[in-house]
Amino acid sequence: MDIDKDIDKKDKKRQKETARRQFLTETLPAAASALVLAAGLGAYQRSAQAVPPRAMRPPGALPEKKFQAACLRCGQCVRACHANLLQNNTMEEIAFDQPAEINPNASVKLEPVLRLAECGADIPVGTPYFIPRISPCRLCEDMPCAQACPSGALSKQTLLDEEKKPSIYKATMGLAVLVDHENCIGSQGLRCDVCYRNCPVIDEALTLDMQINRRTGVHTRFIPTVHSKYCTGCGKCERSCILEHPAIKVLPIEQARGELGHHYRLGWEEKEEAGKSLIPEALQLPARRPEELP
Amino acid sequence: MINKRRPGQEAVAKKGWVQSYKWLFLRRISQLGILGLFLAGPLLGIWIIRGTLSASEVLGFLPMTDPLILLQSLAAGHPATSTAVIGALIVVVFYALIGGGIFCAWVCPVNLLTDAAAWLNRRLGLKKGMKLSKNTRYWFMAAILLLSALSGTIVWEWLNPVTMLQRGLLFGMGMGWFLIAAIFVFDAFLLRRGWCGHICPVGAMYSLLSLTSVLRVQAAGREQCTDCMDCFSVCPEPQVIQPALKGDAQSSPVILSKNCLNCGRCIDICPHNVFRFSRRT
Repeated sequence: MDIDKDIDKKDKKRQKETARRQFLTETLPAAASALVLAAGLGAYQRSAQAVPPRAMRPPGALPEKKFQAACLRCGQCVRACHANLLQNNTMEEIAFDQPAEINPNASVKLEPVLRLAECGADIPVGTPYFIPRISPCRLCEDMPCAQACPSGALSKQTLLDEEKKPSIYKATMGLAVLVDHENCIGSQGLRCDVCYRNCPVIDEALTLDMQINRRTGVHTRFIPTVHSKYCTGCGKCERSCILEHPAIKVLPIEQARGELGHHYRLGWEEKEEAGKSLIPEALQLPARRPEELP
Repeated sequence: MINKRRPGQEAVAKKGWVQSYKWLFLRRISQLGILGLFLAGPLLGIWIIRGTLSASEVLGFLPMTDPLILLQSLAAGHPATSTAVIGALIVVVFYALIGGGIFCAWVCPVNLLTDAAAWLNRRLGLKKGMKLSKNTRYWFMAAILLLSALSGTIVWEWLNPVTMLQRGLLFGMGMGWFLIAAIFVFDAFLLRRGWCGHICPVGAMYSLLSLTSVLRVQAAGREQCTDCMDCFSVCPEPQVIQPALKGDAQSSPVILSKNCLNCGRCIDICPHNVFRFSRRT
């Protein structure tokens, strides 16, 4: 009986010793190696998480941080993109890429819109993007890219209009900004308005603001002016800008927009809301004039 | 005659070339065929399957999702859509039946690369290489899920050579060739079967599905074994053969290890037809 117990004890001890050794020689190194690999990966992905300003996400994309958690990197949106599938170029598309009057018989190769980021690009690998200056979003009404997305990283449901129906015109892929007044032809007082004519939401997202041309004194400067409420960020304005480098560019919204101090109140808006002036009576301040010279 | 650098000579002599390379040949057809199905859409306009190995749609209605990518997305905090979940379930049930290793050996395009590296390693007669536990990949998989939760992004897709290689061939490789070359060099010269057998967390995920798989390789004729060691030379996970082939009479001749890929190479290479595909018993 005692001997049995003794053997039992020894067996247990040996088992314990084996388990300990196994932990030290197998489990621990395996876990440590995995940790080293994971740490390296963590640092690498951290340094590359931002998307460069020239690349835009497709319509209906979640905000960037959520997008990177959701996108499965499968490329089904790229495959669904109508502009990518376009085989017989319509006249409109040809005119868009190359004016037909230049060469009506030219076979025009359309640049695909959506692409997947390749390894080594400054966009998270395998995620979809388009570069407006190369090929802008064509704003398909049925949003095939968002429809093809299996993960919800792109979703039509984020683009509901007033009737709660998905509408491509609710897209906010970015915001166009006239970044270079000095080189914009229209701003110089010359005739251009190409960006304005190409805007799919013409007169709402992009208007021409008329200003006096002080250089000549008699002419008008037509300043392309973007209205964030309507701009989808499709990039047709940037694509069509006739300059060597576009004066109007689509930027990520957070980079394009300023933000008013939250304590600010605009007097005329407050007045309209209240129906009357918020100040009981207009202040009468004494007019300050330079003292009359003797 | 034992030649560890050129295993299979005895099998070819005894069974003929076809029987000695049958499963390998079928496997290559499967790997390239699946790649071809993905390529048929963009190249020929025949859309049988759309997407990549990370997520796809077959014939316009059947979704498939890589379970590890979906788990990372969940860990990163994105609520999964029903499409993604159904896709992952289809994949999980399929591989849980026929063995997760089937993905590694019959589907994954990286296997073409690492098999070539293993061939070179064997031909040069190199030693196994650096020391790295076979369990590293399981820990690494866990670490990746943790890292996804911490960073809020699908972490492994930053480096995953499985999807990187396939996506590269379908959409553009970019600098991906460097990564692919690095894996080849690592496997050929630094650690035999290093990537797939030690590091790849995608393989780890699929191997876990092998725990239940019905389809298994069995050393049915193990008494015929002449210890020529050819099966050990070609097996991507040689440690799995030992218990089934060399176990005592009471032990099961079925290869039960989750690390067995069901690649069937041992069936080909054995001159005495010791191995065959069978059910788990």
